[in-house]
Amino acid sequence: MASVPVPGGASKKKVAMHDGFLKHAGYRWLKIASFIMLVCIVSYLFIDVSPRHNGGSWYGYTLGTIGAGLILWLTMLGVRKRAMTPGKWSLKAWTSAHIYLGLSLIVIGTLHTGFQFGWNIHTAAYAFMMFVIISGIFGIYFYATIPQALSNNRDEMTETQMLESLRSLDRQLHEAAQPLSAEHAALVLQSLEQDPFGGGFLKRVSGKYPNCATRAAQADLRRERAYQPRMGGDDPLDKVDALLEKKEATLGRVRRHLKLKALLQVWLFIHVPMTFALIASLSAHIISVFFYW
Amino acid sequence: MADKFRVVIVGSGPAGMSAAGRAAQLKLKHVLLEKTDHLSDTIYKYQKGKHVMATPSQLVLRSDMDFDAGKREAILGTWDKQTEVCGVNVQYNAEPVKIEGEEGNFTITLKNGDTVLAETIVMAIGTQGNPNLMRCPGGDNKLVQYQLDDPGEYYDEHITVIGSGDAGIENALGLAADAAQNNIVTILNRSAEFARAKKANVKLLMEAGEQGKVMIRNETTPAEVKDGELILETRDGQETIPCNRIIARMGSAPPRKFVEECGIEFTSEDREAYPKLTPAFESTKKGIYVIGALAGYPLIKHCMNQGYDVIEFINGNTDLKPADEPILEKKFAGLPGGKSVDEWLEFFREKVTILNDLSPLQMREFMLDSEPIAYRSGETIFERNDPGSSLFTIAQGSVLVEVNPTDSSIVIPIEEGSIFGEVGLISGRRRGATVRAAEDMIAIEVSRTAALKLQASVPAAKRAITRISTERQLLQMFGSGLTKEDIAEAVESSEIVNVRAGETIISEGDDGNDIYVIRVGSMVVEKEIGGKPVFLSYLPAGSYVGEMTLIAGGMRTATVKAAIKSEVIKIQGDAFKKVLDAHPDLLRRAKKDMAARQDINAFVEAKKDSFSGVVDYYSGVANFLVDNGIGEATDVLLIDENLCVGCDNCEKACADSHEGLSRLDREAGRTYAHLHVPTSCRHCEHPHCMSDCPPDAIHRGPDGEVFIDDTCIGCGNCQRYCPYGVIRMDKVPPKKPGILNWLLFGFGPGPGEPDKKWVSDNSDPEVEKPKKAIKCDMCAGINGGPACVRACPTGAAIRVAPEEFLTVAKLEQEEA
Repeated sequence: MASVPVPGGASKKKVAMHDGFLKHAGYRWLKIASFIMLVCIVSYLFIDVSPRHNGGSWYGYTLGTIGAGLILWLTMLGVRKRAMTPGKWSLKAWTSAHIYLGLSLIVIGTLHTGFQFGWNIHTAAYAFMMFVIISGIFGIYFYATIPQALSNNRDEMTETQMLESLRSLDRQLHEAAQPLSAEHAALVLQSLEQDPFGGGFLKRVSGKYPNCATRAAQADLRRERAYQPRMGGDDPLDKVDALLEKKEATLGRVRRHLKLKALLQVWLFIHVPMTFALIASLSAHIISVFFYW
Repeated sequence: MADKFRVVIVGSGPAGMSAAGRAAQLKLKHVLLEKTDHLSDTIYKYQKGKHVMATPSQLVLRSDMDFDAGKREAILGTWDKQTEVCGVNVQYNAEPVKIEGEEGNFTITLKNGDTVLAETIVMAIGTQGNPNLMRCPGGDNKLVQYQLDDPGEYYDEHITVIGSGDAGIENALGLAADAAQNNIVTILNRSAEFARAKKANVKLLMEAGEQGKVMIRNETTPAEVKDGELILETRDGQETIPCNRIIARMGSAPPRKFVEECGIEFTSEDREAYPKLTPAFESTKKGIYVIGALAGYPLIKHCMNQGYDVIEFINGNTDLKPADEPILEKKFAGLPGGKSVDEWLEFFREKVTILNDLSPLQMREFMLDSEPIAYRSGETIFERNDPGSSLFTIAQGSVLVEVNPTDSSIVIPIEEGSIFGEVGLISGRRRGATVRAAEDMIAIEVSRTAALKLQASVPAAKRAITRISTERQLLQMFGSGLTKEDIAEAVESSEIVNVRAGETIISEGDDGNDIYVIRVGSMVVEKEIGGKPVFLSYLPAGSYVGEMTLIAGGMRTATVKAAIKSEVIKIQGDAFKKVLDAHPDLLRRAKKDMAARQDINAFVEAKKDSFSGVVDYYSGVANFLVDNGIGEATDVLLIDENLCVGCDNCEKACADSHEGLSRLDREAGRTYAHLHVPTSCRHCEHPHCMSDCPPDAIHRGPDGEVFIDDTCIGCGNCQRYCPYGVIRMDKVPPKKPGILNWLLFGFGPGPGEPDKKWVSDNSDPEVEKPKKAIKCDMCAGINGGPACVRACPTGAAIRVAPEEFLTVAKLEQEEA
């Protein structure tokens, strides 16, 4: 049907740019991490350390040094993400490497212990490391599953728009409630006065607000009106009812939005502090090892 | 008033005021007529505290008045004072409505009936014109005002805004913005829709209407204004509403009509045309001089210089060189031959065919925007795939065009006096071929703005460019082996057709064998399969379509419609058939191209049967992207919401890479099937933002990026013209402490755009920073490329060109 001029140089800078952080560059870092883990496991089995594998052997020191180096490098993702320096780096590649190399630490770290655990600073460092990794695994899971839900839920609305539409509904409710009787107005007022997103962390991540005044107001209003005859014409209660319903739907959307956004961040509240705890205990672990050498 | 003035200056803007100042200094008997009760109405009407810029910076100011960048108030204050000090004779509230007589004996009739006698007249009335007035009974009531300075100053009023353009809508929204002002705002619209206003404004207005902030009355006109109330003519009869204030924003009448009535001719009928002028600014009506914006010089410095010059000329100082002489001298300094500025101007005008009809003044203006360049024999002028929208003219020598990308020895010559590079100018796409100098030569590189101005003011130039471009486009499309003569008939039979976005040029199942070449814009090809239109392909400018029917016969096999406002060259099928018949090679090649197309059609049709969902999806994504302006984009940021975690690191990276202001809004924008088009520059083929930039500060850079340079005066035109809302006007925030200072010690606001409080706490209150237009420049000059993409932790942010967007869509589809 037609002829299109070939865009010669236009495509040179953009090759296969559309893959996610897990699939980056054909699972490059998954392959590298798997190889590292394989080498560690095989060498662990075949290298004979007497009397037994432990962190203090030459082999244990090697693994320990690699592990400590990795931990410090993985921590640098936080700096990389925030330092917008020029250069041909890609944060996606960093994330990908962070994930797979971080997972490989399970093998490296565990083999470094030689499976010797106890109630001491050394095992504490190991435990912190595992906490960090496990919280990271949650992070991967959330990052892989939540974005779609977030996108579906917001339906082209921005957070600011959602909050603005809530404010607008509140204004309309306020006006629509003027002709109501005192007890009906009180119902609307309780919806207007409540902070619909207050109530702390658990409510935020669960998205459940059992004491939602808007829902209560609407339910009360409905219950009361269920047996009342319809007056027809311009019943102000009809309008209030419709507005409350709208507000409840909007609240639902905002609460889901906040919940999903919270979930995308909540694991970081463990991951990041634990990382600092890990680095502190790791330092103690290394110093004590050298001190008691 | 029996006294005759040596010179009467009409309009007290920078140009007129400067002229009056000069006249006063020269002790010429003069009067400055100003229609309002203050000087310089255009600048007076700028919003309070607006920073006025002084560009172009290399131009020296030559005027008796001072002018430097600064606040509106300071500048107006200086002018008021200096007008007085110079002894300028100003007559306020004096609007000329008629000018009669001849040089030496003009009679100017004012609106109030007075007359002024003049030997010469300087017109410096700008291009703003006068607002259209309310003509209904009571239209002169004091409730009516034609301007809104500060929407915040009215409280508890019933305010009616009349007018459905952007000005009216913005005023209505401004008045209703703060609920605490308690205004009841009504907007009247003569028609059923707000067709003239920007989409974004209409959307905001509709929302305000739904929220009850603004009453929108469509198909309503004012019938009568009374004290405290307004009678409306609605579709259902008359209605009276309370009204304390009427803001009438019904457009303005451009001053052209008045100017023409004075006997001044314009260069063409074109809306953008300017009056014909001599180098001394004298119009075709002897004794009337035109300067300033009306003469085509919208910048304050130009205007003031012209005011000075024109009075010198009138006073008989014919040796005065224009203030831009040094700029031109510098421009021409690098050229071989050592001619004077005037000689060079004359040389170029004579040699280059499309410049033949220009006046010396136009020549000067033209050369200010253009760049003469000397090339050595064999030197490359531009390469295939270079971005560039400028036009080249050959003033001396000739060039060779490498038509074959693989073999640089196959060339076509272009001779002295002709032009090249016109495809880039018209389509806005990358250069189609490499061009090098055939001998030592001089070319003039004409910027897109200058080329458009030239075409608007010289119809012959426009015709020549159109004819040459059509011919070249055909020759280039069908490759070597064809000569101008071969296609002469086809070119002759061709016409240029403007196509609206969404308009169909070929309908499936129709008869017809015309061929269409897309000159500007882009098209989409659709085919009806199973009762649904299925997206087949996207055709950028430079493609041709319709040859299948011509070669194979039968009916049109698919529908072709414009993705955006486009221009096509329509070639008569029969004329083109003759070319094909005479050139069997060409026919063979065309058949090969056609076979490839048919393969795609067949492929899609086959797929439709097995995976109808996939094809629907592909079609849906493609249509969504085209609807969102990707059809005119050259490079656009897309976000895959399957991957986006909403961390806004793209925005932060953008701000940190560009002096602390983010040029994208990730969350805003449309989404389809998890593919999100954020509010971010698309680097359009023909950027809307460029259409009216007074200092010409918007350019296309070497990688195709559209960027705004430092000469931006902060007027906001580009922001208003951008249909995608990607340009923001803002002040550059102060520099932040380094990232490690923040990470380790908590200094500064951290990554991303600093919040308002930090900015105001850390700004020097003494220094008033101007607001400037801020938009994406694709991180030009930053090693590593666009920061938004580099900084995305999950790979959700991607940048694509429209030719590639379907591959993205395809990738998506494979993943789905």
